[in-house]
Amino acid sequence: MKSKKLNLNIKKIRNDFPILSQKINGKDLVYFDNASTSQKPLSVIEKLSSYYKQTNANVHRGIHRLSEKATEEYEGVREKVRDFINARSTEEIIFVRNTTEALNLVMRGWAWSNLKKGDEVILTKMEHHSNIVPWQFLQQNGVRLKFIDLNQDGTLKMDDFDQLITKKTRLISATHVSNVLGTINPVKEISKMAHDNGSVFVLDAAQSVPHMPVDVKDIDSDFTAFSAHKMLGPTGIGILHAKKQILAETDPLLYGSDMIKEVGLTKTVFTDAPWKFETGTPNIADTIAFGASIEYLNEIGMDKIREHEKELTDYALLKLSNLSGVSFYGPTNPEIRGGVISFNMNNGKIKVHAHDIAQILDEDGIAIRSGHHCCMPLMKFLNVPATARASFYLYNTKEEVDRFVDALEKVKSVLKI
Amino acid sequence: MSSMYAENVIDHYRYPRNFGRLEDPDIKARDVNPLCGDEIEFDIKIDNSQQVKDVKFNGRGCAICIATSSMLTEKIRGQNIDEIEKLSSRDVIDLLKIEISPNRMKCALLPLAVLKLALENHRNKVQ
Repeated sequence: MKSKKLNLNIKKIRNDFPILSQKINGKDLVYFDNASTSQKPLSVIEKLSSYYKQTNANVHRGIHRLSEKATEEYEGVREKVRDFINARSTEEIIFVRNTTEALNLVMRGWAWSNLKKGDEVILTKMEHHSNIVPWQFLQQNGVRLKFIDLNQDGTLKMDDFDQLITKKTRLISATHVSNVLGTINPVKEISKMAHDNGSVFVLDAAQSVPHMPVDVKDIDSDFTAFSAHKMLGPTGIGILHAKKQILAETDPLLYGSDMIKEVGLTKTVFTDAPWKFETGTPNIADTIAFGASIEYLNEIGMDKIREHEKELTDYALLKLSNLSGVSFYGPTNPEIRGGVISFNMNNGKIKVHAHDIAQILDEDGIAIRSGHHCCMPLMKFLNVPATARASFYLYNTKEEVDRFVDALEKVKSVLKI
Repeated sequence: MSSMYAENVIDHYRYPRNFGRLEDPDIKARDVNPLCGDEIEFDIKIDNSQQVKDVKFNGRGCAICIATSSMLTEKIRGQNIDEIEKLSSRDVIDLLKIEISPNRMKCALLPLAVLKLALENHRNKVQ
């Protein structure tokens, strides 16, 4: 980045998001819960509505004009997604409901039949429940789970890979960006280690694809999962990207219509990937609206979004470190940190519960998250029951960070700590 | 000023009454709220007439959860366990004297749930 100045036209961007202009508890809304879900620009909302007003028809089978148009738009999003993550072909892009479903598809569809008793799966201790719980099912087949430990600064202990990877390691799955610590993991390096060992690499990109340029060809991940709703798109649509070769060895999660070539009474020939994995009438409307969110992000530019969030995070961390009684987690180097800040407050004697922080901030119209963020093993590592979490996106501003920090002062006075 | 963080709630949060453990409690239970990681345990001693002689609580939680636990220990001291059995969610909220938003209700009601669990454990033991 050449300039240190914010180079997004935030005012213009904010105008594109109708929800941001409302008042909460009489105050201007500050939306800092973007790691959970992002807000939607008008173009996405309008796409959803115009689809139902003008295009609505079932995809793939119809001869009539509306069906043809719906199919065209629906399949067009596959190309937009392919381009967005630089995948080799649209045949590698599978529409699912969300990241969780994508990871479950990898587990049930590929790992379940390909991993045998004694095989090993390596995960990290910072994974979201969605990237832990599915793999636990493999234990029924005698598969062993191993976990990469963390350094105190919230980075992965990379040396652990050398210790843990063995001939029996068949699969390594890791998050690109931690939804709690904000850590950006060296996934290209992990991917290489996996492949050098002949293991498959699964990338949980739920927190990276929305916030920075992600190139699956460069990372060389075998499977990549992310959700539209965290990247300005609707809920109920997500992506599993998978390399063509491995898709050929993967079974669908669901069986039925829209995934077949030929059906007999006792035998069926399935259609090709990716449609083989999209059984039944898909989520057409949300998929098409997702296309509008990708267009929006492309127009702004993922490089710029990343720079903007980096600057906001840097600014917020500096302000927080000057605030007594606040401790935050994760790396301080902005180069390896996404726009997520988890923190706790205490005065030495009283440890403030994250719910109380979130509650008092809500009274000032500031939306943050509190709890275990679906990372109970990570909470155990941090030795806390919960954390408060602020997470940024392209429409957030330094002024909002100021209001957030002021509100944390208020938490202290309300709770008298 | 925060409606939920009334003076009495903050007072019980900062200076919880009967915080700690009892040696050889007659009745004991612990439970967690997996959503927020709150964790509350009650230790209770009763006399022959089934009255609460002593009660302590320990654990961790938000201001609402800690304050409710603290207030409950004061409320049930000297009560018969039949009376505790009859305590309702409404009674707990009346005790707090604040308006609780739906998403914080679980914080206020965890201590009562643990108390009820304690009594259930006790009944099972007696039977």
